[in-house]
This record gives sequence, C-alpha cells and structure tokens, in this order.
Amino acid sequence: MPGDLRRRVIHASLGLVAILAVVMVAFIVSYWLRDFAGFATVYDILMASGRAFDDLTGMNALRHSFIWHSLATGVFIGIAAPLIGTYLVHREMALIGETLAHTAFAGVAIGLLFASATDWHISLLLAALIIAIIGAFGVEWMAQRSKTFGDVPIAIMLTGSFAVGTIIISAGDGLSAINIDSYLFGNIAFVTLDGARLMTVLGILVMAVIAVVHKPLMFITFDQQAATVARFNVRGYNILLIVLTAIVVVGAMQILGVILVAAMLVVPVAAATQIARSFNETILLSVIFGQASILGGFFLSLEFALPAGGSIVVVSIAIYLAAILLSGRSLVPIAAH
Amino acid sequence: MTDVIVVDDVTFAYDERPAVERVSMTVEEGEFLGLVGPNGSGKTTLLLLMLGVLEPDSGSIELFGQPVESFEDGYRIGYVAQRTGDGHSHMPVTVEEVVTMGRFAHIGIGRLREADREAVHEAMQTVGITDLAGRRLNELSGGQRQRAFIARALASEADLLALDEPAVGVDAESRDAFYNLLDELNDDGITVVLIEHDIGVVTDRVDMVACINRTLFHHGDPESFLESDTLTAAYGRTSRVVQHDH
Repeated sequence: MPGDLRRRVIHASLGLVAILAVVMVAFIVSYWLRDFAGFATVYDILMASGRAFDDLTGMNALRHSFIWHSLATGVFIGIAAPLIGTYLVHREMALIGETLAHTAFAGVAIGLLFASATDWHISLLLAALIIAIIGAFGVEWMAQRSKTFGDVPIAIMLTGSFAVGTIIISAGDGLSAINIDSYLFGNIAFVTLDGARLMTVLGILVMAVIAVVHKPLMFITFDQQAATVARFNVRGYNILLIVLTAIVVVGAMQILGVILVAAMLVVPVAAATQIARSFNETILLSVIFGQASILGGFFLSLEFALPAGGSIVVVSIAIYLAAILLSGRSLVPIAAH
Repeated sequence: MTDVIVVDDVTFAYDERPAVERVSMTVEEGEFLGLVGPNGSGKTTLLLLMLGVLEPDSGSIELFGQPVESFEDGYRIGYVAQRTGDGHSHMPVTVEEVVTMGRFAHIGIGRLREADREAVHEAMQTVGITDLAGRRLNELSGGQRQRAFIARALASEADLLALDEPAVGVDAESRDAFYNLLDELNDDGITVVLIEHDIGVVTDRVDMVACINRTLFHHGDPESFLESDTLTAAYGRTSRVVQHDH
C-alpha cells in the first residue's frame, strides 16, 4: 500500500475508534446522570439510535442498556490493553498480564472472604486491583532476588496466586452468591454498572498517562541501559508500567476473564508488529486491531450466543494470522516472559 | 584540560565476586581512551561505573566535575551498549525513531520542537544514514545499525561517547568506516571511551590505553602500552590476543 494511502487508512480507522470512545463516554455519563434533564436527552438519543441499529441489523443488542455498558467496557479494553501491551511485548514481558490477572483472581477471592467475614462490602474489582498491584511488586521483588531466569518468578506468582484464590474460594464456598466462573471466563452480561464506569475511567486515565510518558517508556523499552545513562528514572517508569498493566487487567477481567485477559495485551500488538513500519505506527495499529477484535468478538458473541472472551481472542488471533500473511515476514515471536 | 571522568580508588563486586578492584584513573576532555582487557576482566563494569549505571562499593567517581550519583545532565553522554549491533530486538523501531531518542534526555516528557528535529536530521546526515531514516532498525546490517546508535549520541549533542564493543557483528569494511567516523568525532572535540577486544584497533586509533583485569594494569599512551609487559601480565601468557596491523 502506498505510504500516503496507508497513513490515511490508519488515521481514518483511529478516527472511528475515537468517535466510538466518545459515544461510549457519552453513554456512560448520560446513563449515570440521567436524572438530570440534559443528560436524559442524550441518553434517550443514544438508546433510540441503539434501537435503530438493532432494527437495521436484525440484532437484539443495543436496545438494552446493559449491552451498552458491556460495549463501553470492551471499547476501553480495546484501546487501553494494546496501548500498554505494545511496551510489554517489546520488553519481552508478554506474560506479566496473565500473571497479574491470576493475582487479581486471588484479589477477588480475598475480597469475597473479607466481605463475608466483616459484612463490609467492598468492590471486588477494587480488591482485585489492590492485590494485583501488590502481586506486581511481588514479582519484581522475587525477580531481583531470584537466582533463576526472569520468567521463573512470573510462573511462581501466576500459579501461586491462583492456588491461593482457589483455596479461599473453596474454603468460603456458599458464603457468597458471586459466580466465580464469570471471573474465570468473563461474561458480557456480567459487566456491572460499577465495572463499566471503572473501565471507562481507567481507560481514559491510561490513555492520558501514556500520552505523557510515551517517550521515556519507548526509550526504556528499546534500550534500558541507555535510558539509565540519559538519567531517566527507569525504576519509576517500570513500576508505572506494571501498575498500569494491573489496572488494565482488572478492568478487562470482567469481559475476557482471568484466563484470556493477557490476549488483548499481546495478540493485537503481535499483529501490529508484523506489518508496522515504525514503533509509533505499531501503537496505532495495535489499538485499531484491538478495537476490531473487541467489536468482532462482541458481534460473534451476541449473534451466535458464544462466550465473549473466547470470541474476542479468536478474532484477534485471526487478525494476527492475516497480518502474517499480509506481511510476508517471519513470525514475530510472542516472548514468554 | 578539564577532566571528564575521574575514577578514584573504585571497587565493585557482584554479590561476592569482585569485578573491579581499587581502580583510579582520569579521562581528560577530548581524549580518545581505549579500554582493553581479557574477557570478564571488568571492562563493561568499569564503564557502567563511570557512567553511574552501577554504584561503586567503595571509592568515588566524578563525571564532568560532579559526583556521578548526583549527575543529572544525561544528554551529555552518548552511550552505545554491548550487542546493540546484533539486532536481537524485534522491536519495530525505525532509524529516525532511534536517533530521536537522543533528544529525549533534553526534552524529557515534553514535545519535540523544530530544533530537536533539526538536530536529529543533522546527526543522521553526519553519519550518512539519512536515506535509511524510515527503515526498521532490525532490517539493517550491523554497520548501519551502529551508525544509527552513533547518530543517537550525536543528536543528544553529547560531549562524551561511551562505546562498549560497538563493532561486534559488523563486517570489516564497515568497521573501518565506523572507526574513521569515531576519529573524526574525536577530532571535533568529543571525548571517546571505547571498549574493544581488538588490541590492534585500539593501539592504532586511541590517545590513551587503559588495560584492566579487575585491577588497572596499565594507563598510558599506546606506545608505552605495547612496549610494556602489560599484555602478558593482564591476559596471561597462554591467552591469544587479537592484534593485527591495519
């Protein structure tokens, strides 16, 4: 594809993603504040357009506000996860997302235990977020002291936190009506109001932070030692990246589930890397591919009553395979740690 | 002449394994220093100590007249790490993106301005890689990649170039061109510290040689280095030393 046309296609696609994101923010805010006149009007317009979309396509989706909430969550996962994933994949940290998802699972279990023991109901997603961030520091702590390869602490944290989660859940069986399967496999219908609002806020936060710190993160990703010599606070940026990862993972867990969450951090980035001409283009393409995976997966899931997480990941891998065929380059290895 | 690097009685160990012991030396402004020594002799460690990446267990280091631990002007140092020529990275970064990183120490998280872009293009021009600007780094030859890294250092307008075996993975012809480029930059007043396993290259091109094997065996001009028995002392009698005429 000639450079100019290519640039236009990328910009147009990003424009669509941006419009989609704005519409989703408009929905989340107008639903939240629909008791106020102006917001009620916006909400009514969005729901009416949702019904029109359904009538046009013969689907039974956007007439329901819970689908809008799930879609908003998905759209922000589709932006934030590949955005963070671009730095992770190229630092050979692809599996950190999977690890933090398992730690977050332990967080959900601990949150459940805490809630049933104290009668004080905290948000399970918040508990997951806190424990995932603690887990992230735990991995770093182990990695610095471990005498083995870098991926061993990751494997230990991944399995260890999942083990703790299963023990707590099993011991506390019957104490709570929360459906653990939904955390494991994700579920469109399972996205709560709070969950959708959390992911929207987190998605915007992640975009804003990345817009500010992209340059140092790119430098550190490419050449950590040179960035240290140039007097960048490499440790600080590493911690920031890992905390942002934990945030994205917890937000994405609702739809993708613990087991599949890493896919959105990795697969769109791998596809983008295959055909991108620069690092900056990789970021843009991975967001576009991430969004396409989310929308495609949503469509499959709603149309054929398939699990959302699985559908999204399968679509993203289809895009990856298409990117390989398109590029004619050799496979980009998805690094294992 | 002012001192760019002052190493004063520095000792450093990885866990219990000593890597650098009681080394003292000075690198003056405009000097071209060759840092040599057998494999595992602590050359890279000493360089990383000089640049403040590692902290000495004892002793002190000054960089441009400041204690290295409080030195903040990262843009004054252009650093090319070991193995950067291998292209082991799959990261789809372009030559222009790499060279632009040289400006990051100046702008931090700020926006790139016209002056930054000009500095980047000028640096690419100086090393002769302007036509490669849009190419992915991992698609280039070792020699071209090294030029990109040197351009990154130039773009940062560094006063000190620190290079750790930059010619590994580079073919002989590009290697000579690369060292000619280093000579030119040094003639322009940039201080160069070069780690190199090829003793011939070092003695041909540098002003001063520092030979270490944990401790400093020799620090002086190339002639005195070759005349001394430092090579045997530092490398051991049985080791093979790469030394040939250019």
